[in-house]
Amino acid sequence: MDALSWSDIILRMLEQFTPVWIALIVTFVLSFSFKRHLGLYGKLFDSPIGMVGYAMVMFWVFTGVFGGGFDMIVTHDVLAQSAPMKNKGPGTAFTQLMGTPDPNAYPYYLLGGDNLGRDVFSRMVVGAWEVIKIAPFASLFAFMVGITLGLPAGYYGGKLDTFLSFLANLILAFPVILLFYLLVTPEIVLTGIPVYMAAVLFLFPIVFLVLLWNSRYHTQPSRRNVYVGITLVIGLWLYLGIAWDADPLGLVSFPPNLLVVFVAVVFVNSPTVFRIVRGLTMDIKTRDYVAAAQTRGERPWYIMLWEILPNARGPLLVDFCLRIGYTTILLGTLGFFGLGLSPESPDWGSTINDGRKLLTMYLHPALPPAFALLSLVLGLNLLADGLREESLRD
Amino acid sequence: MAMFILRRVGVMILTALCLTFIVFFLTNLYPNLEKLAKTQGDFRMSDEEVASYLGRNGYLQPMAVKYGQWLGVVPGFVIEDRDGVTRGQCIEAGTAPEDAPRFCGILQGDWGYSTVFREDVGKILNDKLALTGKLMFWVMVLMVPSALILGILAGMREGSRTDRTLSTIAITTTATPEYVSGVLFIAVFASTAVGLKWFKGTATAAMDGANFENFFLPVLTIALYGMGYIARMTRASMAEVMTAQYIRTARLKGVSFPNVVMKHALRNALIAPFTVIMLQFPWLLNGVVIVETLFNYKGFGWTLVQAAGNNDIELLLGVSVISVVVVLVTQLISDIGYVYLNPRISVR
Amino acid sequence: MAKLDYDGPILEIENLSISFFTRLREIPAVMDFSVTVQPGEAVGLVGESGCGKSTVALGVMRDLGVNGRIVGGTVRFKGRDLGDMSAAELRDIRGNEIAMIYQEPMASLNPAMRIGKQLIEVPMIHEGISEAEALARALEVVRDVKLPDPERIMRSYPHQLSGGQQQRIVIAMALMSKPSLLILDEPTTALDVTVEAAVVELVKDLGKKYGTSMLFISHNLGLVLETCDRICVMYSGEAVETGSIRDVFDKMQHPYTQALFRSIPLPGADKNTRPLKAIPGNFPLPHERPDGCNFGPRCDYFRAGLCDKFDIPMVGIKGDDRHFTRCLRIDEIDWHAPMEAMAQHEATVPGKVVLKMENLKKYYEVAANALFGGSSGKKVVKANETLSFEARESETLAIVGESGCGKSTFAKVLMGLETATEGQILLDNRNIEQVPIEKRDTQTVADVQMVFQNPFDTLNPSMTVGRQIIRALEVFGIGDTDQARRDEMLRLLDLVKLPREFAERMPRQLSGGQKQRVGIARAFAGGARIVVADEPVSALDVSVQAAVTDLLMEIQRKQKTTLLFISHDLSIVRYLSDRVMVMYLGHVVELGTTEQVFAPPYHPYTEALLSAVPIADTRITKKHIVLEGDVPSAMNPPPGCPFQTRCRWKAQVPGGLCEREVPPVRELVPGHQVKCHLSQEMFDRMEPVITVAAE
Repeated sequence: MDALSWSDIILRMLEQFTPVWIALIVTFVLSFSFKRHLGLYGKLFDSPIGMVGYAMVMFWVFTGVFGGGFDMIVTHDVLAQSAPMKNKGPGTAFTQLMGTPDPNAYPYYLLGGDNLGRDVFSRMVVGAWEVIKIAPFASLFAFMVGITLGLPAGYYGGKLDTFLSFLANLILAFPVILLFYLLVTPEIVLTGIPVYMAAVLFLFPIVFLVLLWNSRYHTQPSRRNVYVGITLVIGLWLYLGIAWDADPLGLVSFPPNLLVVFVAVVFVNSPTVFRIVRGLTMDIKTRDYVAAAQTRGERPWYIMLWEILPNARGPLLVDFCLRIGYTTILLGTLGFFGLGLSPESPDWGSTINDGRKLLTMYLHPALPPAFALLSLVLGLNLLADGLREESLRD
Repeated sequence: MAMFILRRVGVMILTALCLTFIVFFLTNLYPNLEKLAKTQGDFRMSDEEVASYLGRNGYLQPMAVKYGQWLGVVPGFVIEDRDGVTRGQCIEAGTAPEDAPRFCGILQGDWGYSTVFREDVGKILNDKLALTGKLMFWVMVLMVPSALILGILAGMREGSRTDRTLSTIAITTTATPEYVSGVLFIAVFASTAVGLKWFKGTATAAMDGANFENFFLPVLTIALYGMGYIARMTRASMAEVMTAQYIRTARLKGVSFPNVVMKHALRNALIAPFTVIMLQFPWLLNGVVIVETLFNYKGFGWTLVQAAGNNDIELLLGVSVISVVVVLVTQLISDIGYVYLNPRISVR
Repeated sequence: MAKLDYDGPILEIENLSISFFTRLREIPAVMDFSVTVQPGEAVGLVGESGCGKSTVALGVMRDLGVNGRIVGGTVRFKGRDLGDMSAAELRDIRGNEIAMIYQEPMASLNPAMRIGKQLIEVPMIHEGISEAEALARALEVVRDVKLPDPERIMRSYPHQLSGGQQQRIVIAMALMSKPSLLILDEPTTALDVTVEAAVVELVKDLGKKYGTSMLFISHNLGLVLETCDRICVMYSGEAVETGSIRDVFDKMQHPYTQALFRSIPLPGADKNTRPLKAIPGNFPLPHERPDGCNFGPRCDYFRAGLCDKFDIPMVGIKGDDRHFTRCLRIDEIDWHAPMEAMAQHEATVPGKVVLKMENLKKYYEVAANALFGGSSGKKVVKANETLSFEARESETLAIVGESGCGKSTFAKVLMGLETATEGQILLDNRNIEQVPIEKRDTQTVADVQMVFQNPFDTLNPSMTVGRQIIRALEVFGIGDTDQARRDEMLRLLDLVKLPREFAERMPRQLSGGQKQRVGIARAFAGGARIVVADEPVSALDVSVQAAVTDLLMEIQRKQKTTLLFISHDLSIVRYLSDRVMVMYLGHVVELGTTEQVFAPPYHPYTEALLSAVPIADTRITKKHIVLEGDVPSAMNPPPGCPFQTRCRWKAQVPGGLCEREVPPVRELVPGHQVKCHLSQEMFDRMEPVITVAAE
């Protein structure tokens, strides 16, 4: 079989992405028709920049979920190597030396093969899944930590603030790469330090939720007990499984090397979130509605979580988008230096690192993941920009 | 003012001590030491042999003592071997134990010995810092003025076509980490596949004689990522200042638009970005590590990767100390500069 | 550029229409607006917020931003059409021929430029004179605006000056090129009353000295009366009435002007016998304006089929000097008919004492230098000094004072947000001064509640109105079920006269007055017995103020609430309070019934305060007392009597006693106490500040 021409390659790629196109169209049609009822999310569809960003982000989200989660878009197994396909250019017909060729196998390497003869296109698609699996959740955890510590620091001020800010600055003064090199190594995993850090960091979401329910419903103890109870049971179960790998039911566990990466990324992001939340809190706590809550005898945590936090949601949402983008970059950095993830992993950072070594001769292995990462992060930045503009508008 | 600087310096020293201790702690954990023993000695060492090797070299003392020795505030260890040879931290090969100084930590200028480069850490750092200093200098020369101009042009007339174009450019560069932009640049400008071949894909030659051809790509790669961020900060700050009442006052005084921007807006608009430029250093350091690895420029960042990758504990410690100090000093400068730039903060 | 010699009208605005364009629609901000300013004349532009008065000013300056555009009419300055001018010609006129002064003095000065540099810029641009010459001119003008030590001021940065001084600098800057027209946009709103009085006087004097015409924009009718020759009343983007001060104040010919005057507390109004009449309804949003007369839906004289048919033109009033009005029914309305009688009320009799303060003191320790503190030691700020008073059931006690007088600190201590340094607060004979709010029992907390000043800040923007009231009910332990609390919430909405649908609304969908009503409902959720109202109406438009004060009074009558009404506005204080407490720099300088405080003998500060408050009534004559300087900082109070630095009676006390000792509290007549060294005969010689001419 001959190699495909560029127009064929593009057509075939578009075809492979069919589920993503359908999902994107459905999302946009639905969001557009109900945009007046969807609050800030709906207003996003008034801003061209925001829409473009959102489309780029959702493209990779759907790609990640369908490709990595449901094995839909990929054309070949991301780990399968085929010696004749080594460094072959885009559109090369698929051949195999050893074993019987699978008659159902996709007949081409759409974007060529890498230096080990793996399919670049499939690896790019599954690379999205590697990011989508980690980045949003790591950002969410960083937010939980940053909010739980930033609110009291900003609200009370004084010694507590001095201490927490000192800690935050301590972490921020570390060059991120140094921190990664110190934390994300097999030797450190052996000492168990990441597990202890996970044990501390993963407590924050539970603390956050318990404080949230308790402050809201402490006037109605029966309802409070239900909410707090459910949170504690589910939260601690997940906590035991994820942080300590000790789920009594044996259902929840977390691969140890992924845990290190996750912990490192949360750890690096939390201080920045802390600083933002602290600043916003110091600003909002001077408002009269906070004084009104104080004068009716509300407890501090109610004021922080229900009076201050909801009114900080605009800037926090914007930062959340930016932070997912930054986390994506951090994950790429980890992959680029071969830290944490397995060497076979199809994540974009590792693929770029593999590809760059032969860059002067072969472009095709390094460029697809580079463009993929660029477009996802750019999408998130544009989305954040659109959100910022729209949230400032009223 | 003196009081203020003194307090900041105090906090800075405290931070530096905490950070170096963390690094010291993490690098001196037992699995790391075990690996060190095996690379220095023999990969098939038994656990007992590892322990005795570490004991002989003073690695098994309590963490705090080791840290003190490394800093140079606790006398260096002196251990008498079973075969009667006296070994000590401060005793160099060939000198008598009696002649050796008692203290030999980084405070005495003794940074230790690199197991990878087989050289004094102090000397390595010196050489490498000079190389990276050259790189950073050109990065700053390229990044700061272009970022400020970009930001001011964009923020001067918020919402205009210029603003939208420049902002999109700035957003794109912040969305492009160095390992992506570097790869793209090499692909476009240096690879045989595209065939432009304007620049060199490696900067190894630039270590001795830097020229436009071999040095521009690494400089551009680092500068671009930080540039977008500073430009966006400047734009936001400029746009905010341009809507301020006093700008309207100036306009309605009859001041022409270029003068409004230059005389009234600029100084106020530059206060925020100044802090940002200084706080960019931890990020720039990241960029340096990535770019030096990517372009094979054997400077400070490259050394960090080598040290960390090869478990070269004393070199890694040295690298960490330097980077932490660089970051903290720039933060200090940013704090002090902020006070100078902003007349609203009065220092008595 | 040489200034034109021109003896026609300085400014002629004819049928000016200005619109702002948003993505969705065109929003007309000013429609068919005409006004003429003659040389040396001061014209006041009056209206509520959002009526378009500031837009007119910016339209004259041709500085409407990207979205604003003049869509009709002309603006002629000295006979030349400003609309035809190029950008360069406009620049020549701005600052040189037309100068502008704004509301926020701090914001209108460049924070990073020395005062002197900002001043000399003006003549250097327009007249091309040398720097030395410009400096000399600047010094002269700074002296003209009566600032002490001009050389030092010229070298200062704006943040080193007080608000009053900054505003004087802004005025000086406007006068640097001796402009023909000065536009003042709410120039004193951000200043304290006594400082405002001094600035207003300065503007008047300098206007005369330099022969400048003025366009004075304000929401305060009293201020316009004091400063202007002519007035133009605006409503919802239109001029509704324009004419000389006398004509408009005494012979108004538009229902809105009349309603406006009836809703502001002038001397003679009284909460029981002559209550104010609020204007019903709400100010229409620009895109919701009715057909025909904009004021139609809120007008007592509205006639369907006539007033809502077509756009109404301005018509002249015969016999008056350039007096125009925008009303079709001027000849049918009996303008002299007395206000239809409002429901009158029995004066309530104060009940038992519920709150008692004895020698309350609140000192703060602050770092002398907030940013770099630590080394230079701590300073004590005496926010409240020996506060003593009693408040009874169903009584309204007004607490009057300017910024820094300690009224907010006092409120914080009472609410339990801070604890007292010394002295006691007795609530129903229980001591609460050392009990912070988290230690107070629910009943005490529910009993003492607060209404806040800023309506845009008092409600949580991300919670529905109903939810916020229900939360207060939950905290105060009222209602056992969600349904019970919901019913109670709806009842509270009825109480503050808001429609029940508002329960589901978000605060941003409410107007300022409506938000303030929700704030009141929330304060009364636990059946509060003592309500501290911290300037509850000062941020509202005048027409809404009356409605909100009336609501407070009505609830007070029903629930026998003790109202502690904190305010700087003596007009409203006179209208609604039973007793008045005047504070200055943490001290209570005078305390008595409303009649006692508003009639001589006064404390010297009260006297100055009364003289400073502008009153929108042509029958009033006021004694002219202008205080020098600013209120001293509470960080650095003067020795002796706190008021001695600005007191005009100080010379009457022998031996410099005022500078050495804090005066004792003296009871002049039972229930009237004053903190002053003046002798009895001096007090007896005091004359009333405000006199009403006989009709």
